[in-house]
Formats: sequence, structure tokens, C-alpha cells
Amino acid sequence: MDHPVVPVKTYLTIFGALMVLTALTVWVAFIDFGHGLLNDTVAMSIAVLKALLVLVIFMHLKYSAKILWLIAGSSVIWMIIMIGLTLTDYRSREWIESQAHRAIPWASNPPIEQAAPAADDGHH
Amino acid sequence: MSSAPDTSATAMPKNYLNEKITVSSWLLTLDHKRIAILYLVSLLAFFLIGGLAALVFRVELMTPEADVLRSETYNKFFTTHGIVMIFFFLIPSIPAVLGNFLVPVMIGARDFAFPKINLASWYVFMFGGVLALIATIAGGVETGWTFYTPYSTMYANSNVILAVCGAFIAGFSSIMTGLNFIVTIHKMRAPGLTWFRLPLFIWAMYATALVILLGTPVVAITLVMIFVERAFGFGIFDPALGGDPILFQHLFWFYSHPAVYIMILPAMGVVSELISCFSKRRLYGYRVIVFSSLAIAVIGFFVWGHHMFVSSQSTFAGLTFSFLTFFVAVPTALKMLNWIMTLHKGSVSLASPMLYAFGFLGLFVIGGLTGLFLSTLATDIHLHDTYFVVAHFHYVMVGGGVMGFLGGLHFWWPKITGRMYPEGLAIFAAIVIFIGFNLTFFPQFQLGVHGMPRRYHVYPEEFQVLHIASSTGAMVLGFGYLIMGAYLIWSLKFGKIAGKNPWNARGLEWETDSPPPTHNFHETPVVRHPVYAYEYASETSNEPDVQSEKGHV
Ligand code: HEM
Ligand SMILES: [Cu+2]
Repeated sequence: MDHPVVPVKTYLTIFGALMVLTALTVWVAFIDFGHGLLNDTVAMSIAVLKALLVLVIFMHLKYSAKILWLIAGSSVIWMIIMIGLTLTDYRSREWIESQAHRAIPWASNPPIEQAAPAADDGHH
Repeated sequence: MSSAPDTSATAMPKNYLNEKITVSSWLLTLDHKRIAILYLVSLLAFFLIGGLAALVFRVELMTPEADVLRSETYNKFFTTHGIVMIFFFLIPSIPAVLGNFLVPVMIGARDFAFPKINLASWYVFMFGGVLALIATIAGGVETGWTFYTPYSTMYANSNVILAVCGAFIAGFSSIMTGLNFIVTIHKMRAPGLTWFRLPLFIWAMYATALVILLGTPVVAITLVMIFVERAFGFGIFDPALGGDPILFQHLFWFYSHPAVYIMILPAMGVVSELISCFSKRRLYGYRVIVFSSLAIAVIGFFVWGHHMFVSSQSTFAGLTFSFLTFFVAVPTALKMLNWIMTLHKGSVSLASPMLYAFGFLGLFVIGGLTGLFLSTLATDIHLHDTYFVVAHFHYVMVGGGVMGFLGGLHFWWPKITGRMYPEGLAIFAAIVIFIGFNLTFFPQFQLGVHGMPRRYHVYPEEFQVLHIASSTGAMVLGFGYLIMGAYLIWSLKFGKIAGKNPWNARGLEWETDSPPPTHNFHETPVVRHPVYAYEYASETSNEPDVQSEKGHV
């Protein structure tokens, strides 16, 4: 296979960009965006950007046949399957439990305490 | 059948086996066929080690008390058995031996796209294997082949790190093999060999390679996580360090469920070849089988949570995974139907490789159907971690995977070695293996249903009869394998010369000499017929071996 010769300057530029982004990650880690999820999103976005730079330039995806894009793309999809279905578990752990509690009101509290206020409400 | 006179006394024509015979010509070979032989010899050694470990603990299990092994030693024996059989025998078995030998020959190529990577894969594999063996000899590992955390990372006092490194390294050898398969199948097919003219064995290798490439990196990184938690105390899986043990199970099974398809898809490919050849018919539903292989490869990645119903995975995830798991059974059942349709109205002959194919069909059906019991949430609560699971996966992995491997080994043995094995003995051994297998594992279903947990060696007396049956079966099974090993070795020197096409089969591998010359073909073959063209006469079928020497030198 013939690879176009990539100028060293390109590599150095990308390397520089990766270093800057790394510094950015560290800096951002000390800022509180108010919500943990937001912090995670920012950090992950930078990480994805860095991974893309490595894939496209360092790993020559930019200069490669379509089929290699397909392969790289499918591995990303596979990662989404892995993380997605794993989160199905983590995100739904309390979920079913609380539904169960709604269906059976005394599951979390002793039935007597539940029954008393309910009876009061009915009268007012 | 070839009726060639036995010319074993005369030298074989020049071929990949006799061209050079120095040790270094073997250890540094770039010939895919020789690399396949290196793998064959090393895998059989691992199979022997794993099998001996099993025999020891089956002896222990003949009585309800602990008499041969202490608890910890018992754990080490079943762990060795599991690690060796799964990572160092069954996963590489068909791809690295039969696949390595056949993929280039079947597609009419001279070798793989990356012969050096192919050789490197064997060295990497052996390095991993040796590490795992050192872990075993230097004290053993008692975590089970699944390395569940936090036991493996925090509590086990054994050579977990060494064993994990061994499995990690062996994974890279799979990746190298898978990469070679994909590139070679894409790029190096003979003229005229279109995608839908590929033998189903090639399709099976292709689907397997996809699973290997997409799955193995995940188990590799998971094993690294065990390493860093155990060695440096990074909190990943251990709750005491803020980790989550269930995360390990997610990551591990994300690979290890698809890994069961790494073990079974190749066997399905072999069985397709066998059924076609010994029914003398093109496979019914060729494309259905192709797409079901690809479907299995993909769907196999969506079901891993069925190993975790009884972990603290959420009920919702359990439901989802249970539901998704039922889908895997669909492409598998489609294959079954097509194989049966091929047999139906085929002219079926019962040569020894075909007996293994029949063994596969029957045993794999039992294994697959019991899988459905396990993927049903309510029944799994009862059956999880009992002998029912042990029986299920041995029916699929040994009844399916190993039967497929042995069937393929017998089928292509004349091509690989140039000689036939004694057919009568082979039939006898196949029957002994079938009986031994069922005697070993069928009672385990009953044990499991009655509540015998797996991985225990002290048990209530009421289970003893079934355990004795199982242990006896294991010995019969081992005996069957020994007969097989003996006549295969015998045939290397004394077997009848096979000729190019002893089974009267179709496919490029049968067009070339047995054993093939170093570059596989004397001239690049051109494919003019659809696959399994039993309606056309083959040049090589029914021909005695006294082939003209043209093209040699
Ligand atoms: C119809 C397809 C299949 C279904 C529905 C299925 C389902 C299952 C389920 C639900 C379990 C978990 C049981 C438990 O731990 O409680 C299981 C375990 C297992 N299955 Fe299957 N299975 C299928 C095919 C296969 C195949 C083809 C293989 C291998 C070639 C395989 C190998 C295993 C292994 C090794 C385990 C046990 C792993 C362990 O805990 O050590 N299965 N199967
Ligand atoms: Cu599974």
C-alpha cells in the first residue's frame, strides 16, 4: 500500500495540539461546573477530540481507504454498545426498585405509618 | 474413495512437509501450513494438560468427602482446567490450526497477507501459554477461569497476576490471527472466487475474525485492570477502594460471551463442509448460513448480561439481556434447519468425519436448548452456578466445539499429512467419545436441577451416584481421545497414501496435492463453478494418487 508522505511539521503540530488539550483537561478539572455530569462531559469531549486527532492523523485514517474508516467506525459503534448496555444496568438500578415501592407502598415503610396519613388526607 | 495402492515405502513428492526438515526451518517458517502444525502440536499438548487436570478432579468427585484434594487444591485444578481449555485450547483450536492451514488453500492463495505476523502469533501464544503454565506449577490459581473480582484482585493468595498476563498475551495472538484472516479473505481470493462462492468454512473464519477483533481488546484491557488493582491498589472493582465488582463482570462478559461464538462459529463452519461433502450436495440455504454467521457475530455482543442475572445487576438490565438472548437462538436454529435440509435427500455416507458432524448436531442442540432455560430469568435463578450450567457449556463447547474440531481434523488429516488413518478405528473412537461425553455430562444436568452447586468438591451423599456416572464417563471420554491420538500418530508413518481428494469433495484444497506443495498450488487456480458444485465432476475425484509430476521442481 502506498502512503502519502506526511510532513513532519503536521506531526509536530498535532503533537502540540495534544499537549495543549492535555493541559486544558487538567485545568478544567479544577473548575466546578456546578454539576458532576457537566464536568464529565467537558473532560470526555476533550478526550474524544484527542482520540480523533490520533486516529485521523497519527494513524493515517485520513489517507486511507474507505474500508478502514468502516473498521474504525465499527469499533466506535462497538464501544457504544458496550457502554450503552452497561449503563442500562447502572442507570436502572434504583429505577425498578422505586417502581416496586410505588406498587407496594409499604415496601419501604411500615404499613401502619403509611396508612395513617393516607386516611387523614381522605377526610380533608 | 481413492483406491490408490499403498506406496508408503516410496518417497512422497516434494511438499511443504519434506522440503526442508531442519529444526530452524520449522521454528522460523513463514509457511502458514507449517505454522498450523506448530499450533496443532502445542494445542494438543495444552488439551492433554487440561484433560489431565479434569481427570484428577473427576476422581476427587467420586466420593462426597474430600479425599484426594484439599479444597484449595481442588479450586486450583478446576481453574487450571478452565483457563487452559478455554484460552489455550478451544479459542485457538479451529482458527489457528485448521483455519491457518486452510484459509489460503481454500481461497487459492499462496499464503496469508502477513506471514510474519502469523508466525509471531504462534510465539506470542506460546509465551502466554508458558506464563499460564508457570502460574500453575508455581502454586496455582484458584479464582476460576472467570477471575471474578474482588476475589481475584484483593483476596486470592495465588499467582493471579501471572495467569492474567498469560491470558492477556494469548489474546494478542488471537488478534493477529483474526487480522490476517480478514485481510487475506478480502484481498487474496483466486480469480473467479467471488464472495458467494466462498466455502462456508471461510465465511465462518471471517465472522470469527470479526468477533475476535472487536471483542478481544476489551478482555485485554479488563485483565490489565485486574493487574493494576491487584498490583498497585487502583480502585476499579473493589468496593473498599470505591470500585464496583459488577463492572468487572460487565467487561469480562462483553468479551467472554462473544468468545463462546469464537469457539462455536468455526465448528459450525467445519460442520457445513462435512455435511456438504458427505451428503454430496450443495448446502441448502447457503446464503442463509452465511448471513446467520454474521448475525451471530453481531448479536453475540448484545447478550452478555445473561451471565449476571443473579449478580446485583438491575432487574431491568436482566430483563433486557434475557430478551436479547433469545434472539441469538434464531440464526443458530436457521443453520440447524439448513443442515438438516441438506441431509434430507442427500446421499449421506457415514465416514468418520461425518460421525463427528452428527455428534455435533445432536449435542449442540442439547447445549443450545438448555441455554434457553438459562436465559429465562426465573429458571436461571434456580440453575445459576449449578452443575446445570456446567453441563450446558460442556454440551456446546465440547459437544459442539471439540466435536467440530475433531471432525475437521479427521476430514482434512489426509490433506495435511498426505495419509489416511485407519477408518475402522476412527469410527470406533468416535463412538467411544460420543458415549463417554454423554455419560460425563448428561448426569450433570440432573445434578444441577437437584441443586448441586458448581465448584464444590464436598457434597451431600445423595449426589454420589450421578457423580460416579460422570467420573466414569470422563474416563471413557479420555480413553476415546487416547485411541484417536494413537491412530493419528500411527498414520503419520504407516497410513495409506491419501491422494489428492480421498473424500471426493469439492473445493480448491482438494485440487492440489496432499500434502500441498510449499506454495499450495503449482499454478494459480481459477474458479469457474459455484461452491460445492457436486453436480460437476471434479478433476481430482476418484483419481488414484499416481499424479503426474508436472509442475514440480
Ligand atoms: C443458544 C445459544 C446459547 C444460549 C441461549 C446460552 C445461554 C447461556 C446462559 C444464560 C448462561 C448463564 C448461565 C448461568 O451462569 O446461570 C450460559 C453460560 C455459559 N454458556 Fe451458554 N448459551 C448459548 C450458547 C453457548 C455456546 C455456543 C457456548 C460455547 C461454545 C456457550 C458457553 C457458555 C459458557 C462457557 C457458560 C458458563 C460460563 C461460566 O459461568 O463459567 N453457550 N449460557
Ligand atoms: Cu453467554
